[in-house]
Amino acid sequence: MTRRKRIAHSKRMTIVNGALVFSILVIVLQLWLLTATMNAFLGGDMTTAVPAALASLACLSVNLWLLRYLYRLD
Amino acid sequence: MNHGALRPPVDDHRPVSPDGRPFEEQPRWRRDFPIDWEEDDYVSRRDLVKFVVLTSGAFVVGQAWIAFKSLFGRRDVPTARVAIAEVNEVPLGGSKTFEYPQGSTSRLLVRTGESAFVAYDQQCTHLQCPVVPRVAEGKLHCPCHNGWFDLQTGQPLSGPPRRSLPRVRLEVQQGTVYATGVEDSPS
Repeated sequence: MTRRKRIAHSKRMTIVNGALVFSILVIVLQLWLLTATMNAFLGGDMTTAVPAALASLACLSVNLWLLRYLYRLD
Repeated sequence: MNHGALRPPVDDHRPVSPDGRPFEEQPRWRRDFPIDWEEDDYVSRRDLVKFVVLTSGAFVVGQAWIAFKSLFGRRDVPTARVAIAEVNEVPLGGSKTFEYPQGSTSRLLVRTGESAFVAYDQQCTHLQCPVVPRVAEGKLHCPCHNGWFDLQTGQPLSGPPRRSLPRVRLEVQQGTVYATGVEDSPS
């Protein structure tokens, strides 16, 4: 039973680690989006702001889904 | 279980190290933080995901602010026709600074020929240093970081600047130079 529980815990750890790495990748993408959009905005290019905001919102949705998934692991 | 507490390593509650070696053989940093490793990892990483999601939300707020500004922000583009200099006032190859409209950042009028003038924002698009005309070379020079712009188009030629200088539209009529508008620099 203890061994089975340890294995389950180990699997959970793998999932948590994977989710963490994926979240960090997504947030790096968001950081890049923000800097690129700010650069374009200050340069007078207004066309990228709304699509970039929507893309960032999609990234947040992915992160929120990951967080919800981790809570459901318990 | 008291997660993350710094408790002394009591025999029957000693944490199991990842490498399985006894507590005394562990490196100093691990002995200083005698936490149950598995539980600590599990909890702290999950907390980190929470912080990442919070930061992700902050990025979205920043993006939304930029989008809001780009949709509803007002950009004043002057279109009034204003006399900025007399032709005789600026010698061939010479320049003059002016404000257009009044109170704006400094602009630079350069005489490149008998009746040929160009005018740009005087601030470098890199870090706002004032640019200096080099008419003989057909360039504008930013001495701060050695940036160069084309005198005829305002486009960056070399150095750190990546965006063109905003150009002031000009008209020359009856010995007077008029500014008629400003073209934003394409990014």
